[in-house]
Amino acid sequence: MNDSLPALLQGLIGWLADPAHWQGSNGVLERGLEHIFYMMVSTLIGAAIALPIGIGLGHSGRGGLLAINLTNIGRAVPSFGVIIFVFLLVGYGVIPVIVALVALAIPPMVTNSFVGMRGVDPAIRQAATAVGMTPWQRLLQVELPIAMPLIMAGVRTSAVQVMSTATLAAYVGLGGLGRYLIDGLAVRDLVQVLVGAVLVAILAVATELLFAGLQRLVTARGLRHD
Amino acid sequence: MNPEWIASHTDDILAALIQHVQLLGLSLLFGLLIAFPLALLAIRWPRLYAPSLAITGVMFSIPSLALFILLMPLTGLSMATSLIGLTLYTLLILFRNIVEGLRGVSPVVCEAARALGYSRVRRLLQVELPIALPVIMAGIRIAAVTVIGLITVTALIGQGGLGQLFITGFTLSFTTPLVVGFVLSVLLAVAVDLALVGLLWWLTPWQRGRTS
Repeated sequence: MNDSLPALLQGLIGWLADPAHWQGSNGVLERGLEHIFYMMVSTLIGAAIALPIGIGLGHSGRGGLLAINLTNIGRAVPSFGVIIFVFLLVGYGVIPVIVALVALAIPPMVTNSFVGMRGVDPAIRQAATAVGMTPWQRLLQVELPIAMPLIMAGVRTSAVQVMSTATLAAYVGLGGLGRYLIDGLAVRDLVQVLVGAVLVAILAVATELLFAGLQRLVTARGLRHD
Repeated sequence: MNPEWIASHTDDILAALIQHVQLLGLSLLFGLLIAFPLALLAIRWPRLYAPSLAITGVMFSIPSLALFILLMPLTGLSMATSLIGLTLYTLLILFRNIVEGLRGVSPVVCEAARALGYSRVRRLLQVELPIALPVIMAGIRIAAVTVIGLITVTALIGQGGLGQLFITGFTLSFTTPLVVGFVLSVLLAVAVDLALVGLLWWLTPWQRGRTS
């Protein structure tokens, strides 16, 4: 593990330039897709649970204390511990990882959608009621579009965190780009470890940028600042 | 849960907890020491602020394990590797909150301090910092709780504090150490968070009685 930095970088580039490393069941493409799969499934399940709760609480104005503090509570829960704990309970499989990642994804989405819904100007709500909108119409056509930027900000935070943390899936024997990190560490192959670290970092940053774009896209034109 | 294991391993558990607290304290300290001058620069030259926020935002999205490992060629499997990585995360959170806090100080207050003859440094230390303290403390709380979770991941590169207990649990297929590590790490996060809230309360007597 005492390789010098230039030698490592050269090794890294050489590794990535080798087409054999990109194909097959341990190839970059397969591992990358596994990683993205964990992220998508967990974020979607998390959103399916978190968004109705956050939006519902925000719409009705109840449960604010819980909704706002959930993100802080969630931060204190170490995902690494959750993955191993569920793994010891249910054994090898994708479930421990998905459970841990969903638990990680929920809090920011609840908090942000709650804050987004609460942030809708009461005058606008009243105006919507005054023009004869039903509560459902008001929710779908007025409050949700206004809250959408913040709701998406929550989804973005969750997605990036989940993408980062999916790296730990490899520790309990699953795939994803974390495999290169864990396997490389195990056999002291620093080049492979660096490959994993660089690829995971790129994927996380790409998620951040992708969701930032998505956030802009779902923002109603009248609400954009630029 | 196996109470016998806990009883026979109190030393290990205590050592892990102490390392956890050490890594937390040092990374917060270094994070503050670096973030503060950077924040002052960003306030002095506002044009730097937007790009530096973008950079810190992107850096924050880099997975912790990847970051720790990217540092390994430089610092090896040492405590320094964990500490540099953890400090970087605290830095990103603290920088933003220090800048927001100091920028939130009303210009009228700054003018008043100047009119009273406060020098630039005294104004910063005696007027602007105390007023910005609630926002800065909010950042310190987020950084502290986030880092307590991240420290457990550094178990994979030979440090880890309470995260070592996760590894022990995993390798022995034994939930007791895992639950101990988990509960202690959550309790530590809650305790530190409450302590910081108390510290803020103590430092800002003029805020007491207001709902923040």
